[in-house]
Amino acid sequence: MKILSKPTEKDIRSLELGDVVYITGDVITGRDEMHMRALKYLREGKEVPSDIYNSILYHCGPIMSKKNGGWKVVAAGPTTSARMNSLESDMIRSFGLRAIIGKGGMSADVSAAMEEIGCVYLAATGGAAVSLAECLSADGAEWEDLGMAEAMWRFRAERLGPLVVAMDSCGNSLYENVRASLRRA
Amino acid sequence: MIKLPESTEQIVVNLLRLANTKLPSDVGWALEAAAAWETSSIAMSQLGAIMDNVKKAELLGRPMCQDTGIPVFYVKGKFDSSIRNDIRSGVKRATEIIPLRPNTVDPITRENHGDNLGKGMPPIHFIPTDDDFTEISVLLKGAGSENMTRLAMLNPADGQDGIRRFVIDSVLDAGGRPCPPGVVGVGIGGMADDCIAMSKEAMLSPIDSENKDEVLKALEEDLFVAINGSGMGPMGLGGSSSVLAVRIKTSYCHTASLPVAVSIGCWATRRASARITETGVEYSQGAEI
Repeated sequence: MKILSKPTEKDIRSLELGDVVYITGDVITGRDEMHMRALKYLREGKEVPSDIYNSILYHCGPIMSKKNGGWKVVAAGPTTSARMNSLESDMIRSFGLRAIIGKGGMSADVSAAMEEIGCVYLAATGGAAVSLAECLSADGAEWEDLGMAEAMWRFRAERLGPLVVAMDSCGNSLYENVRASLRRA
Repeated sequence: MIKLPESTEQIVVNLLRLANTKLPSDVGWALEAAAAWETSSIAMSQLGAIMDNVKKAELLGRPMCQDTGIPVFYVKGKFDSSIRNDIRSGVKRATEIIPLRPNTVDPITRENHGDNLGKGMPPIHFIPTDDDFTEISVLLKGAGSENMTRLAMLNPADGQDGIRRFVIDSVLDAGGRPCPPGVVGVGIGGMADDCIAMSKEAMLSPIDSENKDEVLKALEEDLFVAINGSGMGPMGLGGSSSVLAVRIKTSYCHTASLPVAVSIGCWATRRASARITETGVEYSQGAEI
């Protein structure tokens, strides 16, 4: 079992398409609104939560419940990453993202940014929200005003996975390989 | 509308809990069958994670997917106008207690009131009949799959080949985004709006119930084989299971039209029905609309 924990650029660049990995360590969530705000604040010179830099970013809008003053992760599967295609290259370059967890894959220009910075795309199983939530504990959120799904949650992961390396840091994409060989009968 | 000790609001909460936490058995069997013929190890890892998740969700009573979707309601049989408010209050309560993710926002301001309500929400389709029951069905539709919905106003000359091409391309172009393998609903005919509505309704019936129309049944099987033979696989990562079932619904259309709609469902085809009679409430996870 390959476990990633605070991966360095070298760790990330050594991952190959089809590798199955698990994450133990810090993960932040971000969807459309989080991406837009992070990039807007950066443009305006406003402070951005430091957790974003060199992070593992999970495309996820979880169901959370407040329990004894803390947060419990009820369900937390991946959301469709392609919605963030137009924002992700800037995110990767601006914040030095190390890995993106999502589903469905991302565009060629995101792949190019991943290659440049040393970042991979890890496919989580779409809809496996309870199994994935069981691997996560929450350490609060930033930008809670964006709503439960769109806020930036700080998660601590314990063997989060299985995650498939579906876009590596050399410009390869498993989705593109599958797409190129589709039989359209 | 028949009055029962259990309030309609409570029945709606029960329906949402059932649909969110328990995968219909016909869908579960289809997933197991898919795993049995799958040979790719990545595909197996995806199907394994799905089945593990289904078990955990049911055991823990939690929504199987964090995208609890938009609950689309179908009310059939005898009912009166009060049922609209009962459904709305049921959705609001279910959002708090199950809990469901608050998903509904204003389309322009993106403002979210946190209760899964708002103008037009939840969508409710009313089908009055002469039956002696009220049947409330719900289909949970997440955005990953709903965003892949396609409508084509084909030419009559495009015929069955054109229908086939459009359905296959819609599913393959969507790729891993709608969390395959799921149920693909196809509407053929009607007006444009009816056509899309039919493509959703097609997902409500159990996938192990056969289409009574022989031509449609053959087309369903043909599409099922073609899509599964594509190599797209679970989550678009490659493999031999790309769709669990294709269901088609038709209605007559204008002689100059051939509308075709494709609604793509994720593997989590979440549905539940409650048939309310004078003697009680019967719950199930599939209904004919």
